[in-house]
Amino acid sequence: MTNKNLIEGKTGQWEVIIGLEVHAQIISRSKLFCGCSTDFGAEPNTQVGFFGASMPGLLPVLNHACVDQAIKTGLGLNGTVNLVSVFDRKNYFYADLPAGYQISQFTHPLVTGGYVDIDLDDTTTKRIHLTRIHMEQDAGKSIHDLHPQKTYIDLNRSGIALMEIVSEPEMRSAEEAMAYMKKLRTVLRYLGTCDGNMEQGSLRADANISLHRPGTPFGTRAEIKNVNSIRFVGQAIEYEIYRQLDILENGGEVDQETRLFDPSKGKTRSMRTKENAHDYRYFPDPDLLPLRLTKERIEAIHATMPELPDAKRNRLMADFGLSPYDASVISGEKEIADFYESAVSASKAQDHKQAAKMIANWLMGEVFAALNRDSKNIEAMSLPATHLAQLIDLILDNTISGKIAKDVFSKMWESGKEPATLVDALGLRQISDTGAIEKAIDDLMAREGDKVAEYKSGKEQLFGYFVGQIMKAMQGKANPGVVNELLKKKLS
Amino acid sequence: MMTTSSLTELSLTQAREGLAKKDFTATELTKAYLAVMNEKRELNAYITETPELALEQAKASDERLSSGKAGKLEGIPLAIKDLFCTKGIRTTAGSKMLDNFIPPYESTVTQNLWNAGAVMLGKVNMDEFAMGSSNLNSAYGPVINPWHRTDAPTKKLVPGGSSGGSVTAVAAHMALGATASDTGGSIRQPAAFCGLVGIKPTYGLCSRRGMVAFASSLDQAGPVARTVRDAALLTEVMASYDPWDSTSANVEIPDYLANISKDVRTLRVGLPREYCENLSSEMAHLLQQGVDWLKAAGATIQEVSLPTTPYALPTYYVIAPAEASSNLAKYDGLRYGLRVPGKSLDEMYENTRREGFGSEVRRRILIGTYVLSVGYYDAYYLKAQKVRTLISQDFDRVFGDVDVLLTPTTPTEAFAIDEKPTDPVTMYLNDIFTVTVNLAALPGMSIPVGLSKTGLPLGLQLIGPRFSEQRLFNTALALEEAAEFEQQVKLLRKVA
Repeated sequence: MTNKNLIEGKTGQWEVIIGLEVHAQIISRSKLFCGCSTDFGAEPNTQVGFFGASMPGLLPVLNHACVDQAIKTGLGLNGTVNLVSVFDRKNYFYADLPAGYQISQFTHPLVTGGYVDIDLDDTTTKRIHLTRIHMEQDAGKSIHDLHPQKTYIDLNRSGIALMEIVSEPEMRSAEEAMAYMKKLRTVLRYLGTCDGNMEQGSLRADANISLHRPGTPFGTRAEIKNVNSIRFVGQAIEYEIYRQLDILENGGEVDQETRLFDPSKGKTRSMRTKENAHDYRYFPDPDLLPLRLTKERIEAIHATMPELPDAKRNRLMADFGLSPYDASVISGEKEIADFYESAVSASKAQDHKQAAKMIANWLMGEVFAALNRDSKNIEAMSLPATHLAQLIDLILDNTISGKIAKDVFSKMWESGKEPATLVDALGLRQISDTGAIEKAIDDLMAREGDKVAEYKSGKEQLFGYFVGQIMKAMQGKANPGVVNELLKKKLS
Repeated sequence: MMTTSSLTELSLTQAREGLAKKDFTATELTKAYLAVMNEKRELNAYITETPELALEQAKASDERLSSGKAGKLEGIPLAIKDLFCTKGIRTTAGSKMLDNFIPPYESTVTQNLWNAGAVMLGKVNMDEFAMGSSNLNSAYGPVINPWHRTDAPTKKLVPGGSSGGSVTAVAAHMALGATASDTGGSIRQPAAFCGLVGIKPTYGLCSRRGMVAFASSLDQAGPVARTVRDAALLTEVMASYDPWDSTSANVEIPDYLANISKDVRTLRVGLPREYCENLSSEMAHLLQQGVDWLKAAGATIQEVSLPTTPYALPTYYVIAPAEASSNLAKYDGLRYGLRVPGKSLDEMYENTRREGFGSEVRRRILIGTYVLSVGYYDAYYLKAQKVRTLISQDFDRVFGDVDVLLTPTTPTEAFAIDEKPTDPVTMYLNDIFTVTVNLAALPGMSIPVGLSKTGLPLGLQLIGPRFSEQRLFNTALALEEAAEFEQQVKLLRKVA
């Protein structure tokens, strides 16, 4: 069996081993151990209090809203929420770390295990297991580019609650790592525990990468720190694979080190070698008691769990008969899924399943095309889901034809008006009145007698021509089904 | 009208009665203390005196006393150990590092005192970051014990530490009582050295919020006072559940003073064998006296064993420095306190911390960093934590059989400033009877009960189960009344 993930080197095959540590900022109004605000973009050092600045004698008090969010995340990622977990201090000196230590969880994390199923293509998924999820404080920000000699410190971010989601080293390519990030982001957004806003740093990844010969022990890994977009995760890993491959193929050894990815150059560079690695001197934070949870608390959170992407995908396929591809695309982003579900529930069509299917087609066809044309994403879209539902209903109750519906769509996209209003205002209501249609057929047969004769003598392809002429005569408003039916009758 | 000097002779509870009866005003009482502070400044008890604030507070107290709104400590002048953050008033923790540090917030313990109407005379000296047993480790110079040896009256003695300023201020009548803190004996050892009552309450009874941290899992605030009753009242006011300290105990604080009783007839007193070995004959005699007094008062005495005792001191000197090494990392010169510039960030850290910390603090940071390092963590820190659990279990077991334990507070009386042990380990031995209590989170109390051959005070220690403070005060009252320490001192002074 061939493994498409193996890399063919000059000296033979290599397998890539990737594990990701993702830092996800918990959605919470206040920080992990104090009441300071977490709003993004405030003036530097306006969202830090005396505790956050590590003034003597001030103590951490755990924000239980953050704990609930992390529990929810653990449940959503199929992990085991531990009834007892411990906050440890991770000690190191840095200018944007006011206490000289970060409060994290080391030996006893909140969540153990779990997994994420990533979609490799329409039909293949791969399960990536999680080692753990723990809570920790974010550090502040060092700003080096405001002054040639000075570094400025902004502590607004310092102390904000993060979840560190650690995967097993089970990814084998940059594509898998990107699919993992994408899926993880979607699940977190479904859960409402992290906004997944990578530009604002709400989701950042550290990637551990190594290469080895298949069947032999893992090679020495390099860690790429703080990559802040899914695309950069792919680029960084891709670069790193070929950097290590080059070293190994030339008989060298990969250094165990921490590297940084420079998006402008598309390259990684060494940040810290093993010799300079920190000894973090982890030990339980004596200012905090072990975090003890009750089963009831976990169950109460479990009861509030929303439907997650994989379940939604399966439901869309089973209930509405969507194709795996359509169901994946729709469930793959929370906003798309939300829009879709609102439209389906707003539809008043008799055949609900058919409406759901048509809404999916229109969403993935017309709506996506329009968004694309306007270079917008779905979050910025002004089209209400009810309008799309109404449009589909108008097709299904034969008020308008599918062709007319496309015109109505463009008009409602631009104007923001309801489709029914547009149909009435523009007189686009479909004509199913057999009298009017019969009259149009009679007129046509009178006008085009010779073509009717040709048809009757066997040139059946003229049928389409007749339909077109009738539709044209009725400004496209005739119900095509009725036209077909009556025309057949008259011509027979 | 009492004379100024007689005002400072009153105990806290006596002064409270005098204020209530309007025998004198809070302002008069405060002025009397300010006068003594002025007179005895050479003892170096205070780092920062706050006479103006004191008089202002005393005036407000007088108003509340006359309008019948007096708090439990209304108009009582106190000294505050300089590791309790006081809003707008410099708080140094005895360190050059915080020489210019003015906290913009108030510690919970001091806030409780001000809420009860207490008056602050100033901030008192201490071993730097509470690390020491002599007060010789202060950036603000040594504190001098107000006691003198009868055989060498000119020798300057240490008051003990780390709460050296607190005990000297109270013993020299420069304050009616003082706040202190105890990580391994820092309340009890200096209280014993200066003839005072000192209690380290159960861990969590007093909030640590706003108290400059030494070792978070061991630090506990408590008072030093001249009498058991004074200590009981101060403890009650200082203690509170504090939601801003996650290790604060959510327990009801009894009115220790109202409930105090010297009736010890049903009390079972344990004498831990391990604390009685190798005692000086003087200390052995003192302990026997304590036993005799309690027996005479109706208590039963039995020998008990705490076999893990020999491991307590090494355990303490792993855990306390480990926590300290991390707690003191915040003093990096960046946001407040001392900053000594350097060419790089690392150089600034090095310059600042070399310049800002004294040698004992640096030593403990290094020990703590070492015991937490990869490769040493299991052998030192983790092992110490396990032993700590065993020590705790030892006490739990013994407290199944007895109600309190009686031990000496210190191995010796106060030593001279110029006779300070040269190696740190000998100095650490001062804490041998006191550290176990911190490791087990128990309350421990020192009561002055006797005098050494050289005329220096000696103390006995009572240890109880968690939150048994009332029992300790009751037992201490029985000892206090039996020992008649004040009488012993009067006799000594007449003879000497």
